[in-house]
Amino acid sequence: MLASDVLVAQNVGFAIIAVIMVIGALRVVTTKNVVHAALWLVVVLAGAAAQYILLAAEFLAVTQVMVYIGAVMVLFLFGTMLTRAQIGAEKDLNNKNGIIGLPIAVLLLATMLIALNDGFKAEKLSADAPLVSTQQVSDQIFGIYLLPFWALSFVLLAAAIGAIVLARRD
Amino acid sequence: MLLNQFLMLGAVLFCIGVYGVIVRKNAVLVLMSIELILNSVNINLLAFSLRNGTPDGHTFALYVIAVAAAEVGVGLAMVLLMYRNRRSVGLDDLSEMKG
Repeated sequence: MLASDVLVAQNVGFAIIAVIMVIGALRVVTTKNVVHAALWLVVVLAGAAAQYILLAAEFLAVTQVMVYIGAVMVLFLFGTMLTRAQIGAEKDLNNKNGIIGLPIAVLLLATMLIALNDGFKAEKLSADAPLVSTQQVSDQIFGIYLLPFWALSFVLLAAAIGAIVLARRD
Repeated sequence: MLLNQFLMLGAVLFCIGVYGVIVRKNAVLVLMSIELILNSVNINLLAFSLRNGTPDGHTFALYVIAVAAAEVGVGLAMVLLMYRNRRSVGLDDLSEMKG
């Protein structure tokens, strides 16, 4: 593969964002401070939104920013503040024998990378492929995927009512 | 762009999330690791959507985002309830089911 094939703008952007995302994700699972973990999670989610734009999914990117960075992170910070007296570094965030997680994650990663390398070795995303428009997505949601959409509405309703019932002081 | 670079990024994020779920004891941090896993799945769905040129992946990714929002809402309500009843959010403290 020639250097001019690799160093196109999308690949450079992908590499920078991917490195930032992986560093942020590692900090989320290793940091000693719950609020810092939430803020590193913001970095990962924003990077995911940028990757969605690279994948020509601008509607999903905006949804990601609004739902995750806007709403879910506020929920996480509320949850953190409501469940602890002090905000700062803490000692017992990890399991005693949690080190078993490391070989499991590494083995899983090796399996997945080998399988991906076998399956899609050098398959390219062609630059002039037909892009998916937001109109097509909405046609699908309100067309053949209408029943799951209804089910999802009830899931959200049940989740909202359930959260209120659980967290209510009576 | 290669298809594989997005799939591999998704795999790396998924494994970091799995590591977090296993290694963390604090319930809020476990929920954050689950968010990492769901995001890696979304990257995979959108990569295959671009590869196939069909909008199915976009639709599924939207549904995944909605389910994740519902899950975080209920999950944090449960964490709050647990903190109120036992002044701790450590998942190891929930051991009544052990014989």
